[in-house]
Amino acid sequence: MSKSSIGAIDWLSILFFLFLLAFGWVNIYSTTYNPDTPAFFDLAQYSGKQFLWIGASLALIIVIISTDTRFFERFSSIIYLASLLLLVGLFPFGKTISGATSWYSIGSFTLQPSEFAKIGTALALSKYISDIQTDLKNLKSLGYIALIIAIPALLILAQPDAGSAMIFAAFLFPLHREGLTGYILFILFTIASLFILTLLFGVNWVVGSLFILGIIIYYFLKKQRGILLFLLGGFAAMSAYCYSVDFVFHNVFKQHHRDRFNIVLGKTKDTRGIGYNTNQSEIAIGNGRWFGKGWTEGSQTQGNFVPEQHTDYIFSAAGEEWGFIGSLAFIIAFLGLCLRVLHLAERQKSQFSRVYGYGVVSILFFHFLINIGMVIGLLPTVGIPLPFLSYGGSSLWAFTILLFVFLKMDADRNKR
Amino acid sequence: MRRYLLHIIIILVGLIYLGRLFYLQIYDTSYTNLSRNNAVKTVFEYPQRGNIFDRNGKLLVSNQPSYDVMVIPRELKPFDTLEFCSLLGITKEKLKKQLKRARNYSTRLQYVVVPQLSKEEYAFLQEKMHKYEGFYIQKRSLRSYKTKCAANVLGFITEVNNRILRKDDYYHSGDLIGKQGVEEQYEKELRGSKGVRYYQKDRFNREIGPYREGKLDTLAVKGKDIKLSIDIELQEYGEELMIGKRGGIIALEPKTGEVLALVTAPSYAPELLVGRKRSANFTKMHYDSINNPMYDRGLLAEYPPGSPFKTLNALIALQEGVINTKQRFSCSNGYYYGVRGRKMGCHPHASPLSLEYATAVSCNSYFAQTYRKIVEKEATPQDGIDNWRRHLRSFGLGGFLGYDLPIGRPGKIPTSKYYDAIYPSKRWKGITTLSNAIGQGEVLCTPIQLANMTAAIANRGYFYTPHVVKGIDNEYNKNPRYTQRKQTTIDSIHFEPVINGMRKVFTQGTAAFLQIPGIPICGKTGTAENFTKIDGKRTQLTDHSIFIAFAPKDDPQIALAVFVENGYWGARYAGRIASLMIEKYIRRSITATHLENWVLNHSLEEEYAKPLSGLPFTINN
Repeated sequence: MSKSSIGAIDWLSILFFLFLLAFGWVNIYSTTYNPDTPAFFDLAQYSGKQFLWIGASLALIIVIISTDTRFFERFSSIIYLASLLLLVGLFPFGKTISGATSWYSIGSFTLQPSEFAKIGTALALSKYISDIQTDLKNLKSLGYIALIIAIPALLILAQPDAGSAMIFAAFLFPLHREGLTGYILFILFTIASLFILTLLFGVNWVVGSLFILGIIIYYFLKKQRGILLFLLGGFAAMSAYCYSVDFVFHNVFKQHHRDRFNIVLGKTKDTRGIGYNTNQSEIAIGNGRWFGKGWTEGSQTQGNFVPEQHTDYIFSAAGEEWGFIGSLAFIIAFLGLCLRVLHLAERQKSQFSRVYGYGVVSILFFHFLINIGMVIGLLPTVGIPLPFLSYGGSSLWAFTILLFVFLKMDADRNKR
Repeated sequence: MRRYLLHIIIILVGLIYLGRLFYLQIYDTSYTNLSRNNAVKTVFEYPQRGNIFDRNGKLLVSNQPSYDVMVIPRELKPFDTLEFCSLLGITKEKLKKQLKRARNYSTRLQYVVVPQLSKEEYAFLQEKMHKYEGFYIQKRSLRSYKTKCAANVLGFITEVNNRILRKDDYYHSGDLIGKQGVEEQYEKELRGSKGVRYYQKDRFNREIGPYREGKLDTLAVKGKDIKLSIDIELQEYGEELMIGKRGGIIALEPKTGEVLALVTAPSYAPELLVGRKRSANFTKMHYDSINNPMYDRGLLAEYPPGSPFKTLNALIALQEGVINTKQRFSCSNGYYYGVRGRKMGCHPHASPLSLEYATAVSCNSYFAQTYRKIVEKEATPQDGIDNWRRHLRSFGLGGFLGYDLPIGRPGKIPTSKYYDAIYPSKRWKGITTLSNAIGQGEVLCTPIQLANMTAAIANRGYFYTPHVVKGIDNEYNKNPRYTQRKQTTIDSIHFEPVINGMRKVFTQGTAAFLQIPGIPICGKTGTAENFTKIDGKRTQLTDHSIFIAFAPKDDPQIALAVFVENGYWGARYAGRIASLMIEKYIRRSITATHLENWVLNHSLEEEYAKPLSGLPFTINN
């Protein structure tokens, strides 16, 4: 059983995966490089530890490939419940690091259950959607789906770890693929745009523009029945929303939240305080030019100017030392993996593995979107890791399991 | 559509992010420089500035070490404040204040506690320095002058200003740069090139090792030594003679165009602009608008040349064939011209007279008639003036000479356009401009132009552009600008009669009492009227004393021009000084002690005080 799977497994995905692992390790090595003690496999250093995590994840891959594919579908509910339990358990037993209670501490190791919760949620969601009785047009089904996603997300938000919780929005993509009405996406998109526009231009301008927009639409569509009522209702809802965004932003958000938004929206220029990370990261990347400064030669990276460079800001080291060409190779590999897995998902015969495949891609892509966006200064500072590259055992293992469970399903797609 | 939405979004985001990366990494180059300032510490190694020697190899300018006491506040350990203060010669309060400032600046970076210790202070301090952790001594280099003269030739060094910082990226804030004189003109040769070391810094601004293993580091290259053409003994002698006078002495070696002495008076000792007192001294001299010690009269002052200019008019007339050496003109205590019988005055002497004798006695009438013939030779006075000017330009008058010092003035030789502008009806004639015949009127030149003109006469028709640098690092100054012979428009045969006339100035003319036995000097006196404004009224001052000379007559070693402001007639001050300078250069000693005593014991301070006194005064007495 397991032997035949190895032959059918998608080697292109594995190639991308191995490249990303290697690229990640090389950059972790550089961010913690010390020319006086250039040890490659020193377990006291991040690069040495990461080597250990990589070895362990390879072991995990073998375990996954030897496991019967049906196990993941049958036990999806159990896995989901177990991951919820782990999340709940954090509240009494978790370890608090920099304000968030997100880790179990076992000896000198720490484990971050929120990373594994993504796998459980993806499995449970796939299982529920592929159930014959589930209908995405049915409000009750939608309610269950919302619960499956929201329970872990809210538990993580309570840690508090807003960044990891945000990732659960990625499940909108598999839902949309399986037939969730476009209106919901449209409404979510409108909500997000209004949010940003309100912060950027001020609530009164946005509401004023909406009013003018409404008049224009009415002028062209006044023949339509009930259009006036529809527009008035829409306008009322939107302006209420805008005013509440304004209120929440100024009265509920803490100053450091506001700062993060303002920096990304370009409303404040701050290179010393909260904007320091982004600024240093941009300098490091800009320093790379076409071909980069060379491995362990980046002045920003070697001077440790970018905080958290071996974890969330790992891409800034890559950008500085490998340049535009290196960044291009990374983006091609990462998005290539996403597109490849997407392609594999589309060829699945069972709905379960298709939804799961979509979930894998969405989660990987969301991490990429938010992490890289933050490092290159396009999105607000949100602390989430870059899959396969950032230092950390929990995230590496979680992403490895997430990916290889799907690759195993794909390898066995013709068996059932 | 549902199948492809995520594909599209993934590709779109990929493209947007690549675009942003392209912007950061390739398009916007400012990030590279930012990184430089941020993570790489650049330490410059300053090379020794080149030494300056005189033409005989005597050292004039070298370097002296200066020591700054620096502190890094973080590394301070408790120490014996009292002893430290007494070693540095400062009060305890001052030390405390400096340390507080250092801490405010940065606890991790160095700061100057006491700048520019003397060698003695440094010697005492160095033995005990190990007791004071956190302090260290940084060596810098300052100029050291072995002469009290030639400040105008040498120039000085100063901190580079913002204008140059913006223009030239070799310099960084706090660097030293040559200002004025040779220090400015030969800055690139003297400074050498500084070495650079790059250090990797961490985010606390600490050095954590060489950047890229020192691959980009460069070594400093020592500045080149410069050998001046100045004869420092002659220069010092000239400055001594000029004490109490204003003006300049320019001495050239006619055969090469090398400047032997470039004296301006009043001047200053170059060491005033070195070290802790520099700034106070500079301000004081800069704002001394009466003596103007930083104004180089030898290069910048434009005076009417007076009678020495007659020699050129004679040469032009001979070249144009409008006079010959036998021809005599009459003089009846002056020259009457024009319909209303205007007169250009002259002094009593034999009449009529020919060229040589007219030169010897400096007859105004003779040269007025000569000048008329030059200008009136052409069909229109415009052509006449322009042709006359063409000859003068070939002697380096009326334009920048092109010598190797950074300052200068063009002087003035009027063009026909200039007169057309003054007389718009264009009804001016040769006699309208007659003052030019005797070096007054619209003609102006700087002393160095006058000296160069003298050298051209001494050479019988050519000159080399004057220059003060003889060689750089044991090699001769090969700049073609100074090795190319400049031919004048006058044929060499015409010079002999004029030179004979200039010799007669010494044997029977206006400078007969200035002869130096054994040295055949040729010269020409000059006395130039000049005016100033007092309370808005044009007031005449005592005449300028002017003298040009070269010697020996048939093998000229030295040609010079001397200007003494308000020194009255030419032979009185300038003539005496010229004879003394020539003897000093050729004999290296003075036999004409009567002349020397007279010059050293006479000062013109009283004369210079007159227009400032606010009282009525008399001139030319």
